[in-house]
Amino acid sequence: MSFWNDPLKVAADWLEGIFTGWGMDAVLAHVLVAFLGVLLLIIILMVVDIFLVWIERKVVARFQDRLGPNRVGPFGLIQPFADIIKLIIKEDTTPGNADKVVYNLAPILSMMSVLILWAVVPLAPVMLGTDLNVGVLFLVAAGAIGTLAIIMGGWGSNNKFAMIGGFRQVAVMVSFEIPMLTMLMIPVIFSGSMNMNAIIAAQNPIPFWVLSPLGALIFLIAAIAELGRAPFDLAEGESELVSGFNIEYSGMKFGMFYAGELLHAFTFGGFWAILFFGGYRFFGLEQVSPFLAILILVIKAMLGYWVIMWVKYTMMRIRIDQMLAFNWKFLTPLAFALLLVTALMNALLSPAPTWLYALGMFLANVVTGWIALEIARSATKQERDRIEGPTKTAEAHH
Amino acid sequence: MTAQQIIFLIVAAFVLGSGVMVVTARNLVHAALWLVSTLFGVAVIYALLNANFIAVVQVVVYIGAIAILFIFAVMLTRRDMRDSGPQMNSNWWLGALVAALVFVGLVFLLQGWSGFTGTAADLPSGFEPISLLGEALVSPEAYVLPFEVASVLLLAALVGAVYVAFNKK
Repeated sequence: MSFWNDPLKVAADWLEGIFTGWGMDAVLAHVLVAFLGVLLLIIILMVVDIFLVWIERKVVARFQDRLGPNRVGPFGLIQPFADIIKLIIKEDTTPGNADKVVYNLAPILSMMSVLILWAVVPLAPVMLGTDLNVGVLFLVAAGAIGTLAIIMGGWGSNNKFAMIGGFRQVAVMVSFEIPMLTMLMIPVIFSGSMNMNAIIAAQNPIPFWVLSPLGALIFLIAAIAELGRAPFDLAEGESELVSGFNIEYSGMKFGMFYAGELLHAFTFGGFWAILFFGGYRFFGLEQVSPFLAILILVIKAMLGYWVIMWVKYTMMRIRIDQMLAFNWKFLTPLAFALLLVTALMNALLSPAPTWLYALGMFLANVVTGWIALEIARSATKQERDRIEGPTKTAEAHH
Repeated sequence: MTAQQIIFLIVAAFVLGSGVMVVTARNLVHAALWLVSTLFGVAVIYALLNANFIAVVQVVVYIGAIAILFIFAVMLTRRDMRDSGPQMNSNWWLGALVAALVFVGLVFLLQGWSGFTGTAADLPSGFEPISLLGEALVSPEAYVLPFEVASVLLLAALVGAVYVAFNKK
């Protein structure tokens, strides 16, 4: 087993050998090496996070026909480091009568809920934190901690805008968790496992976005809502709530929320790639080297992140009643219907050859989506007639 | 003492400490947040018992849904968020008595069980508790009837909630 085929295990064995050579207990050395591995992953993620700030600012600048950061370093690459120094040396304010422990714990929990997700991300076939057999549910569990962080931040700040922002964000997250959880079940139906690596392995001939394009789309919408990004960023609502739940945070505490959001978006791009676009698979290239597999996953995650940014910077913010109506009257029933259709078609088509299975699944998705859109169209037409009807007759009287 | 026992003791102390804080915290939101940490500690204990699925479901259901609902209910029903009520009511001695009796009874019962002092055997490799659980829930020989009855109960609760909230025009 060489370093290039399984770098993590080789490095871990080497380190453990050194530690035990110093006379350390074998169990203790194992725990220490695992701890160092987690620390390394977190450090890499935080460095990636710094560059995500630069990427986000560059991309939004392009969408808004600007140049973005371009003064500090080549292409403005050093800009985020300057920002970090600024954030660290800023005054660390705490509002009067704030609930200090809750207020200070919220940004940490918010960042933690994102970092903890990487425990189940398979970077390469042999490189992953833990091969959890319920990896898919773990995603939702980490989201629950993120919701809690926002409630704590909104409540602990002792500020009514923060409170309203926190309420709104939690309403969004709790609502969109349902279609997201339902759509997470679709890769589970196809692969027969909740293990992330097994889900990627099951996408061998056909990635799941071919089998369930509608599922991939609903997952993306729910993910954007879970992230609290536009068009679902009504928790920030700067025109009415100033900045929402993070209004009272200054310096690095605000930076934790901001960096956490960016890393969260990148992470969900990664999960979108893993669940529906084959993760680290790319025409057998992932077999060549684990480093190549990581590169493929990062590129796919970046593409997913780019789609999330694309949506954010081209859509307007929707109101909370529109958001709730969209989720509860359209997205959730559609997600349930799609799950039923997928499970039924899976049972019917499983003896069929692969091409027929893929074609049947794809068509079932298209038909489900089409029926849902037709129902939504007729419902909105009725609603529009109900609202616009009286005005039209009033005009006729004139 | 093995590493697992040390972790268990730390987590158990954390759960008990948080549990005490739930009932003694003066602020209701603080009590709810301590409840979250208690439930999280219980999830860690499940994970120590190799019950990954139950551990994750504990976090999803109890922290993600029930605790958040508690916090919402407290926030929406209290006019002043920082109020602090009395921590005890007149039945405190009865509660303490029942808790002590349950503890003594459990210890008494478990002492007769052979696994009380032994260490648990490792799970065989390839053992899939989730698929066994899933099959048990839908198998007629196992738990399909309680499972369906619980589903009907939840559906009835859902219909009832919609009926209560429905605005008659």
